Order: sequence, then C-alpha cells, then structure tokens
Amino acid sequence: METFIGKPVKRREDARFLKGAGRYTDDIKLPKMTQAAFVRSPYAHAKILDVNIEDAQRGDGVVAVFTAQDGCGTFGVPCGWQVDFKNGETMREPQHPLLAKEKIKHVGEAVAIVIAETLEQARDAAELVKVDYEGLPAVTDPGKAMEPGAPLVHDQWSDNAAFDWCIGNDRTEVEAALASAHHVTEMEYRNQRLAPNAIEPRSYIADYDVNAGKWTLYTSTQNPHLIRLLLCAFVLGIPEHKVRVVSYDVGGGFGSKIYHYTEEALLTWASKEVGRPIKWTSDRSEAFLTDAHGRDHVVKSRMGFDKEGKIVAHLTDEYCAMGAYLSTFAPAVPTYLHGTLFQGVYTTPLIHLNVIAPFTHTVAVDAYRGAGRPEATYLLERMISKAAKEMDMDPAEIRFRNFIPPFDGVEQAGYQTQVALQYDSGNYEAVLKRGLEMLGYEDFRKSQIAARKNGKLLGVGISTYIEGCGIAPSAVVGSLGARAGLYEVGAVRVQPTGKVSVFTGSHSHGQGHETVFAQFVADKLGIAMDDVEIEHGDTDQVAFGMGTYGSRSLSVGGSAIIKSVEKILEKGAKIAAHKLEAAEEDLEYAEGKWTVKGTDKSISFGDVSLTAYVPHDYPEGLEPGLDFSSFYDPTNFTYPFGAHIAVVEVDSDTGRVVLKRFVACDDVGNVMNPMIVDGQIQGGVVQGIGQALLEEVIYDESGQMTSGSYMDYAMPRADDVPMIETDRTVTPCPHNPLGVKGAGEAGAIGSTPAVVNAVVDALSHLGVTDIQMPLSPQRVWKAMNNGR
Amino acid sequence: MIPAKFDYIKVSSIGEAVTLLDKHGFDSKILSGGHSLIPAMKLRLSRPELLIDISGISGMDGISEEGDKIVVGANCTHQKIASSKLVKEHLNILAQTAGCIGDVQVRNRGTLGGSLAHADPASDYPATVLACDAQIIAEGKNGSRTIAATDFFQSIFTTALADDEIITSVRFPKVANGNYQKFFQSASRFAVVGVAVVKEGDAVKVGITGVSDTPYRASAVESAYDGGSSAAAKAVHGVEVMSDHFADAEYRSHLAKVYVKRALEA
Ligand SMILES: Cc1cc2nc3c(=O)[nH]c(=O)nc-3n(C[C@H](O)[C@H](O)[C@H](O)COP(=O)(O)OP(=O)(O)OC[C@H]3O[C@@H](n4cnc5c(N)ncnc54)[C@H](O)[C@@H]3O)c2cc1C
Repeated sequence: METFIGKPVKRREDARFLKGAGRYTDDIKLPKMTQAAFVRSPYAHAKILDVNIEDAQRGDGVVAVFTAQDGCGTFGVPCGWQVDFKNGETMREPQHPLLAKEKIKHVGEAVAIVIAETLEQARDAAELVKVDYEGLPAVTDPGKAMEPGAPLVHDQWSDNAAFDWCIGNDRTEVEAALASAHHVTEMEYRNQRLAPNAIEPRSYIADYDVNAGKWTLYTSTQNPHLIRLLLCAFVLGIPEHKVRVVSYDVGGGFGSKIYHYTEEALLTWASKEVGRPIKWTSDRSEAFLTDAHGRDHVVKSRMGFDKEGKIVAHLTDEYCAMGAYLSTFAPAVPTYLHGTLFQGVYTTPLIHLNVIAPFTHTVAVDAYRGAGRPEATYLLERMISKAAKEMDMDPAEIRFRNFIPPFDGVEQAGYQTQVALQYDSGNYEAVLKRGLEMLGYEDFRKSQIAARKNGKLLGVGISTYIEGCGIAPSAVVGSLGARAGLYEVGAVRVQPTGKVSVFTGSHSHGQGHETVFAQFVADKLGIAMDDVEIEHGDTDQVAFGMGTYGSRSLSVGGSAIIKSVEKILEKGAKIAAHKLEAAEEDLEYAEGKWTVKGTDKSISFGDVSLTAYVPHDYPEGLEPGLDFSSFYDPTNFTYPFGAHIAVVEVDSDTGRVVLKRFVACDDVGNVMNPMIVDGQIQGGVVQGIGQALLEEVIYDESGQMTSGSYMDYAMPRADDVPMIETDRTVTPCPHNPLGVKGAGEAGAIGSTPAVVNAVVDALSHLGVTDIQMPLSPQRVWKAMNNGR
Repeated sequence: MIPAKFDYIKVSSIGEAVTLLDKHGFDSKILSGGHSLIPAMKLRLSRPELLIDISGISGMDGISEEGDKIVVGANCTHQKIASSKLVKEHLNILAQTAGCIGDVQVRNRGTLGGSLAHADPASDYPATVLACDAQIIAEGKNGSRTIAATDFFQSIFTTALADDEIITSVRFPKVANGNYQKFFQSASRFAVVGVAVVKEGDAVKVGITGVSDTPYRASAVESAYDGGSSAAAKAVHGVEVMSDHFADAEYRSHLAKVYVKRALEA
C-alpha cells in the first residue's frame, strides 16, 4: 500500500495556481458589489483642520463617502498582546481609529472612504475629497523617538515609549561579567525596516445581507477566525454568530496578513450602511504605506568572551519601533519572540536584553517572517563571527566551543535557557558539521587565500541559528501578555463512503497544507491521498482556528488533526470489533483495515464508515457517525535550528556583492514532505538575502516614505541568488505526535547573518568589521574605502 | 493604480498623429509601448486627456540598411533591436544596449522612440545614441527634420522635440568597434551608470547616461584618450553628478570612472 509521509508529493494546490484558477478575494464578484477607495494622508504628522466631502459625494457613481464624523468614527482596532512597563505602568495603547479624526500619525493613514459603483469612479471621487492639514514635525527613527524633545506621536503621554521590557539575568551581574571578560565584542547598528511585499495585495469584500441580518467578510487573511473575533467582539460589537469570514486562496502573507486591519472593519461597518457589498483591494503603493512592516530595531550590544572564546556574558539594549499604532501582535515581536531567543545555540551563562519600544510616525511594525527571531539571530551570529575575527579564531571553531551539547528531550532533558524558554531537543554540532561538509569549508579557505592573491574578494559567512516556533502553549503565552490562546482546531469527518474531509483552523497561503495534511491523514488512516480533502479558510465550515504564523501549522494544526484521526480510529475499532465479533484488544489496524490478530478476518475502513452511518448492525449504546473535532494546545514551543553558510564575491571596483553559493543545512524535526520543506527553506533564504543585500524601507526626516515602489525598494530576484543547496539533520520534536518542528521561517532567520558575515569576511583584510544592512554596492564600497 | 479618465485614438499614419498632437497640444500624449507613460498615468503623475496610439502606424517598426547607415524605426521594440541580425552585425553596441533594458516583458513592449522621447536620465539608449552620433528623425506639422543626438537631450525628461513632433526613426552609422557597459540600480534595474564607447581608429566617442540629469558626451575623456584607459579618470569632468539613495555623487562619480574604464578596455 502506498504511503505518503516523507515523500516529495507534488502540491495539489499548484494545479489551480499555475492555471490562474486560484480563488483570491479580488477574483470574487458579488451581485450589486460596490468598490471603495481611500483618501490617505500625504503627511506623516498633521492636524486635520477640515475634511470636505461635498464634491466627492456628487461625483459620478458615488454611493457614499464616510469620514470619522460618521458612525464609524468611534471604532478602533485593538492590539492582541499587552506588554507592560518594567515599573508596572500599563502598556500605552492608543486607539487605532478606522479613519483619522483629529490627527494624522503616519503617511498613508486613511481620512475618508469613498464608495462608488466602479473602482474608477471611487478613485476619481477620492480625489475630490478636500482635506486641510496643518503639517507637524515627525519622528520615524526609533532611537530618535526617545530623544528629549522628539515630536510626540500621541500627545496624551509624556514621551513616545509604548512600553519597556527586559529579560534574562540581572543587569549588574551581566555588566560585572563583561567588565572582567577576557575580550568584549561590541556592535551598534540598525536592523532595518522591511516591507513584507506579499505578491497578492490585501483585499477585502464586506457583504451585509439585510434579510438574513448577517455579514460575510471575504478577506485575504492568515487567520479568519481571529479576524472574526476581533471584528465582532472588539471593534464593531456585532454578534459573532452572524458573521462569516472567508479566506480562500491567499497569495502570501509573511506575517503581514495576520493582523486585523482598519479597512476590514470599516468595510464591514459600511456595507450595512450602504446595504451593498463593498470591495477594496490595496494597490502596491498603498501596500507599502499601510501593510504592517517588519524589523526596525536600533541595537547596541556587547558580548564578553573568555580566553578560549567561550561567551561569558551578553548585554544588549534596543529601541524597537512600534509605528504609530500597536498592530495586533506588535508588542510580542521585539520581546517574547525576540529576547527569548537570546540564548541561541550557545551555553552563554549570563544574558540581559533591555528593550524600549517607541511609537514612531510610521506605519506599524509587526511580525514579519521570523518575527523577532531573525533580529535575535542576526545579533548573535554577527557578534560571534565578529568576536572570532577579533580573537583570531575560526568562526566555525568558536561556534563549536560554545554549542549546547546534544540533547534529545527524551533521554536527556530539554535545555533550560537564561531567557525563559526550555528547548525541546537539539544537536547543533551535527548540523554545523554537515553544513561545513556540504560547503567543503577547508578547501574553501584555501581557495580564498589564493583568490586574495589574485585581487579577488571572496568571503564565507556562517550562521548557526535556533528559533522558537509552533506557537504556543496558551497558558504560557497568556502569562506573557497574549490576549488569545494559541491552540489549534482540527476536525476529521469521515463520509459514509469512507472518504475523508479534514477541517483545519490553520490557513494555507502558500505553504501547501492541502497536500501535506492529506499526506499524513492518508497514512494514519491507511487510505489513498485522493480520499482525503483539506478544508480551511471559512469560519462557517471550521469550528475555530488560530490561523497560520510562527511556523505553527503542522506542529500545532497538524497535531489537532492527528488527535481527531485517533478518535476516528478508536471509534472505528469499536464498530469493527462488533462486526468481526471479536474483542477490540484482539484487533490491529493497518493498511486501511481492522484485522483480528493472527487470522484473515478483517473489515475495511470503508465498510466501518458505512456502518457508522447505516447503523443497523451496530454496537449497543454507540452513537452513529464518524466525525470528530479536536483542540490541540501544545505543551511547549518547538525549536528548529540549522547552519547556513554563504560564499560571496565582492567586486572590488564597485562594491557589488555576488552570492556564489548558499548552503542551508536545517533541522526541522521530522519531515512530512521534503520538497515542500526545501521550497520553504529556499524561499525563506531568499527573503533573508533580501534583507542582507537589498531591501530597506526608508522614511525621510519629514516622515515621507522614499522607498514606496519597486523602483526604489529592491526585492531579491532570481538572478540575485545562486541555487540554494539544502540538506537536513533530523532531531524529532519530542512533544508532538508527528515529531515536527516547523520550517516556514527558518530560511529567513538563518540566512541574513550568513550573508553579512561572508561580506565582512571578504573585506576583513581591508579593515572592514561591520557594514549596515542592506549591503548595497554603495555601502560596501564606502566601507572598503574607509577601511583602507 | 487607476489612471484618470482619458480618450484614446489609434492612428494609422504619422500625419494623423501629428495633426492630433497639434490640435490637442499639452492635453494629448503619444502612446507607443506604454512602458513609461502608463505607469506614470496609473500613479496619476501624468494625466493626458487624449492618448494617440502610434503603434499601428505601418513602416515605423522596421530596421533597414541604408548604405553606411542602419535606420531603426521609432516603434521598434527593445527586443526586436536586441535580436535583429542586421543590428547585431553592423551595430552590435545597440543590440547590447537594448538587451539590458528591463526584463523580457519590458523589452517586448518598450520602444526606441518612446525611450528617447521620454528622456529618463537613467535610461540606457541615450549613452549609445550619443556615442554613435546617431540622428533622430522627427516629423511635425512643418515636416520632417533631423536632430543630432548631441542636440537632442536637453535636460531631465526634456528633449529638442517640439510639441507637435514625433520621432519616426533613428539613423545610426554602422559601428565596428563599440560596447555598452551598465551598472544597474538594484531595485529598478535602470542605469545608475551606463557608458557607451565607440572606437574609430585613434579616436573614441563616449556617451554616458545615469550620471547627470542629462546624458552627455564625455568630451574630456575623448580628448585625453591615448589608446589605453587612463582617460577614464575624466569621466565626470565638468558635469554636475546626480545623487540619490542608491548612489550619492561621490560613489556615482567613482562608478562612472570604473565603467568608462571597463568600456574602454572591453
Ligand atoms: C519594469 C520596467 C523596467 C524598465 N527598465 C528599463 C531599463 O533598465 N532601462 C531603460 O532604459 N528603460 C527601462 N524601462 C523603460 C522602458 O524602456 C520604456 O519602454 C521606455 O522608456 C519607453 O518606451 P515606450 O515605447 O514604452 O514609450 P511610452 O511609455 O509609450 O511613451 C513614453 C513617452 O514618450 C512619448 N513617445 C512615445 N513614442 C514617441 C515617439 N515616437 N515620438 C515622440 N514621443 C513619443 C510618450 O508620449 C511618452 O511621453 C523600464 C520600464 C519598466 C516598466
């Protein structure tokens, strides 16, 4: 019988994607649907003196124009995570209005919505809305936002801090260890702001059905149930059971589509006002200005080492931008998703991170592929490579000296870090060894020396990362300020014919759930993959769900499905025992049938299913049907890890970096579909390369975004990257049924510092010790020339 | 990204286009490949009331050999130029230039005439048109005239074309020894620096785009040329060098020298 787990099964969903037959929100056209356009502020910080909508209301085809003076003016979208100040003061949480009323707080903030028969008419009428602004000075850099006298984003507070926070050992203890360390490595830099750039822009259709008194919101989201909950209970105060949120195909999210956006709520409100469906699809310019961004940390760090190169202490201070308002998960990103990873894969005995999270006159910053862990990894991996250089050690060797020894989480206990988490299982030496082997590290070092003699600037960079994913035990995150639980729901409905429908609260927006989930369900039930269908993205179909982010779908969502599969098999065994006139204990289940051990008496899964729905000859007292739903709340995070190694050549005349090779050896636990894992790693690596070499959101002094198009925001392209060479070690996760850890973000977490380390390595003999990301040709050239 | 309202007429002759241009003046725009104009219209930076589509005019997209000249119709796409046997044989520098514009989709739509008329300071063709001493043939209500490349580019997005004129073709001398070298901007892939070099005996002609707001002939390089590449040091002599986030004036000047050197040595 054919099995599927561990095989590179081709993705089922690709047939419709490749044929252009995906069902994206913008593809949906409802009868009588109207189109919306927003009037957005060109100012980063301004008083709104007047909004005149009279001309717009008279525009061709205009159905309605709303401003904050209308009923929607009282609503605001909430933040989903609370991080209070160290001194106990509650997190400063400004209202995030659906439309700006008195003040503008970032470029692109919406002032009015125009609803018209056609998109063209909506756009034309939007231009007729006259807004009088009084421009005010802005601050966009998180460090500068905390300087005395900085323009305030929210006047009700005395400074721009939303909260501050720290984690790890006592600061004075860490300071003391640094003071007596043999060597101290220091770095100051900015982990630059990035725009997620999903290929499908955000798109929403809100449809209020007057007769049924029900709303349907079609939305390009990563978590439909959470959107419904926030929308109903926390924004509009409408009954949750009368709202259906649908999110069919979504063209990438990378975090930016986790959050509940103002436009979703405003459209939902407005569709009842106008009594018609309303569609809005962001264009690329709006996406740059209004999708939540990632990163934007200003970092100052010191790491102390003993003579052998062992880390003795690590102290970091960061300013982490929140943007103008607190987005859904924003406070968690530079704190619980970041500081908790400061142990890395090393035995560092003393760690302290202090974070100040200021408001800035920019769009919000929230989780973006990796969410806090890429920033932590970048810091650790740059610091340890820099230290190796300063202490004249090999960057691989210094890592081997610092690694936490292998532990499987079963025989050996999990590893308790200095920063709250307990790692599940890990073997960091093995993964780096394999990575070095893949690269041919020794030989590379030889060829590097030869190349330098010929004036070629070759460099190699290593990064050994760990990340925490599979979020998360609800009680743990609850104690850390999460306002939601982070379990997942998985239901398995066996149809009378033995065909299986699986309903998951996870949401696929490129990950391939329809394939992978069917692979393991088919195997566990011993049936064909074609007999399993995966349903997701519709709150009317799936009981509940927390959605997809934090590489949680397989480890949390998959585990919930497994629980339901187990319940199916348990109940099926009762029916089988009855039909086979045997005791349950005497049955074994394999290849889709129950067999009485040691006999050839058996009954198939299909026959048992039919019996469950046609219960004529049936166990007494047993309910008919074969349909179970389960909630799975994980007992711990999962901790994938790996070694990424980059080889670069720098053009000595221009500073342009060419990536020659990229080796990624990852350990994501057990692998369900190696082709999909390779794809996830490769895509993530390219995104990480994008941060290292190309991408940067730039706000100028006045708060204007000067990188708001692909003319100015450099995305990685196919010809910017070499073939990504992937391999894996396998250290199963000890605490979930599939032994899986997650692979969605690893690539983006491990890769960035590998590339930067490689460039610095290529230029180290010229005196270069660090270069600010992205490593544009200009920055590299300047670094080379100041170093001379 | 929805343009403001506009009318659209597809013309079938140059005369028709010129008449419409003359009649509607500033409110109208010629549409060729649309790969500069349409993006600007979608951002509503450009709001013509009438688009005069010249892509259907017959005879404007040919490439022919006329004695020692190669004549390229204004409506020739970058792709057609890059892959033309005639161009590759007699004017390879132009094929090379066209081949490094944008990507395949852009090259399949964008045209020589459109690019020259648009006069984006980061566009590629101007360097080559200047280095080749090409002639731009324009037709307006007063008939046809020939504009020397060196007179054509006047400043940023500004050319010698009169309001009622359209480019009909570009006349290039055949070039035996020339090449184009480009340092592309990471996001847009336009030229941060583009250098075209045409060698004729002991002399060299050097066209540079991307560096200044107007593409120019690097006459200081040309007069210092000694057969080697040391003259590259004069690449930005007497030129006001542009500065932006990707390349400030210092770095851009440096790149210009590097690319002139590379083009001289190629
Ligand atoms: C993604 C992308 C990447 C690009 N990359 C590059 C690059 O690397 N290098 C580069 O050089 N360019 C690049 N371009 C620009 C591209 O080459 C354009 O095609 C070109 O600049 C304009 O040609 P067009 O035929 O599309 O002109 P259109 O967009 O149709 O017109 C441009 C302007 O010229 C006028 N016009 C058009 N034809 C004529 C004519 N015959 N006579 C008079 N006026 C005319 C129009 O009225 C308009 O003002 C890129 C464009 C895009 C969209």
